[in-house]
Amino acid sequence: MTDSILQLTDVSAHFPIHSGFVLKRQIGTVKAVDGVTLSVRRGEVLGLVGESGCGKSTLARTIMQLVPTTGGTVVLNGQNLSTSSRAGLRAVRRGMQMVFQDPYASLNPRLTVYATLAEPLLVHHVCPPAEVPARVAALMQTVGLAPRYMRKYPHEFSGGQRQRIAIARALALEPELIIADEPVSALDVSIQAQILNLLAQLCREMNLSLVFIAHDLSVVKHISDRVAVMYLGKIVELGPAADVIERPRHPYTRALVSAIPTPNPDVERTRQRIVLAGDPPSPLHPPAGCAFHPRCAYAQEKCKLAVPPLIADGPTREVACVRLGEI
Amino acid sequence: MPLLTVTDLRTWFHTRTGVYRAVDGISFSVERGETLGIVGESGSGKSVTCYSIMGLIPQPPGRIESGTAVFDGVDLLHCTPGEARAIRGKRVAMIFQDPMTSLNPYVRISEQLIEPLLIHAKISRRDALARALAMLEAVGINDATKRIHLYPHEFSGGMRQRVMIAMALITKPELLIADEPTTALDVTVQAQILELIKQMQRELGMAVIFITHDLGVVSGLCDRVQVMYAGRIVETADTRTLFYSPKHPYTRALQRSIPSMQDKGSELFTIPGMPPDLSKPLPGCSFAPRCDFAVDRCHVDVPQLAPVAAGHDQTCLRVQTGEL
Repeated sequence: MTDSILQLTDVSAHFPIHSGFVLKRQIGTVKAVDGVTLSVRRGEVLGLVGESGCGKSTLARTIMQLVPTTGGTVVLNGQNLSTSSRAGLRAVRRGMQMVFQDPYASLNPRLTVYATLAEPLLVHHVCPPAEVPARVAALMQTVGLAPRYMRKYPHEFSGGQRQRIAIARALALEPELIIADEPVSALDVSIQAQILNLLAQLCREMNLSLVFIAHDLSVVKHISDRVAVMYLGKIVELGPAADVIERPRHPYTRALVSAIPTPNPDVERTRQRIVLAGDPPSPLHPPAGCAFHPRCAYAQEKCKLAVPPLIADGPTREVACVRLGEI
Repeated sequence: MPLLTVTDLRTWFHTRTGVYRAVDGISFSVERGETLGIVGESGSGKSVTCYSIMGLIPQPPGRIESGTAVFDGVDLLHCTPGEARAIRGKRVAMIFQDPMTSLNPYVRISEQLIEPLLIHAKISRRDALARALAMLEAVGINDATKRIHLYPHEFSGGMRQRVMIAMALITKPELLIADEPTTALDVTVQAQILELIKQMQRELGMAVIFITHDLGVVSGLCDRVQVMYAGRIVETADTRTLFYSPKHPYTRALQRSIPSMQDKGSELFTIPGMPPDLSKPLPGCSFAPRCDFAVDRCHVDVPQLAPVAAGHDQTCLRVQTGEL
């Protein structure tokens, strides 16, 4: 695809588990991300959803090369990041930036807003040092903060404002791709809406691509063009956001959608909810075959045999379920 | 007579930087078997309300400035420690938000589960363990016989919250206070926990105070809802009324800012500004600075709850005079 900015092919991130202190030996492997193939188009918002522990944050960190890939390739703008040198990566990272979940932890408490936002500009020699204050002021205005606050420290801001600072920091290098790892999960409903509006507006105006990670499907549906559903390190369903959430095909997506409480008492009291039994299995000992089969209402013998591949379901959607045609 | 009646509760925190009026004159009651939802953003005073009732406010810096909380004839705020101990943990129990930090990591699940029984019920250790085992099975933990002697770190988040619920319910309380019990959990696990609370409530006939910021959770679970803003109750009504004909501008704004209630691709509705600083006195309506409908007199007097219909009270002056 020529218009894709990011292309992941069969990406894995496996972590060896060691036991013993002196005589270390490997006792297993956690397959946090296992064979993910995905592309993000220019200007597209891709939502990534799944329960905690399904590997969505690890996938984000793999894209950023913050954790090494153990297999597959990550290609950003035609450059293969998995094989890039450190210097090469540093240059590439100008093109992609990350916004983290917790704005209380992701900002350095000892740096003023000015220092936080000026650092990337100085490191990457984006502009002459004399122009830095003006650039910082402009960045703050872009995210809806008054430039007169630039000498303040993070603790003087509220959660929503801190998340704005984190977004401004990500924008400082004018990246083409932003990866936002649960950027609104730590915020209140009314503040959440402000940050979502800001992200949507920035994507529109600056033609940014955004990988938006969340566990809240209603938020993802609102902001994303396409959505990928992950379960235990694998993508189980992929397609246009509204389509996937209104007409989920994979049994896991169905359960996930049905678990969202709706703010509508009549609907909430009458509808049939699919309550999944148990917890997600441990990624250290994933079930054989389809990883979802122990919790799936439609599971059969054949589900235990082989890992189902992601297959096309119509022109725009892909689903990984062997019983797709039957259920 | 209601099971719990809270009247004019004020809990203020006296800190070096000022006096924070976390809860500022709220009154409400809970009937037997009823589920009351308390909704509000962080800092609106919903947790402090419940911590005050349970006597869990650290004093100092906190101080309960005024008010009573009468549970079945006993004022929990002014009774002797002995009287409070007889009620707390036995007839009133609480579940906390974060199951990762609210269990003692050094103590086996079994010991933590039977502690309330050993204190409140005249029961042998062996019988208490049998009850604990039955309770663990009731909250849906498989293999309870094997797992009961494990430590909290050997349980997942959802399982720990089940243990918390089992611990709270083991003395068969008449009132359960649940402070955001599902906020730290995944949606699928949240659905399991909500079903569990509903089922336990049916079986034991207890009243529940359910604190949350998620209006979706409230809509399926609660009989009645009260909305808090800046330490005060701004609106209270039965769940259907609150969702289908909210009156107070804050309740309406809160509902409009839920993403799933809005069209995809359009700009999300947001409430301008930020919640007020509780260390400064708030003359007039606390929501007035962010309210689209505020007029001059909204900034003068603290508005009081007044009925708009039977069982539906709210504080907005302009709704009360019929202007909105």
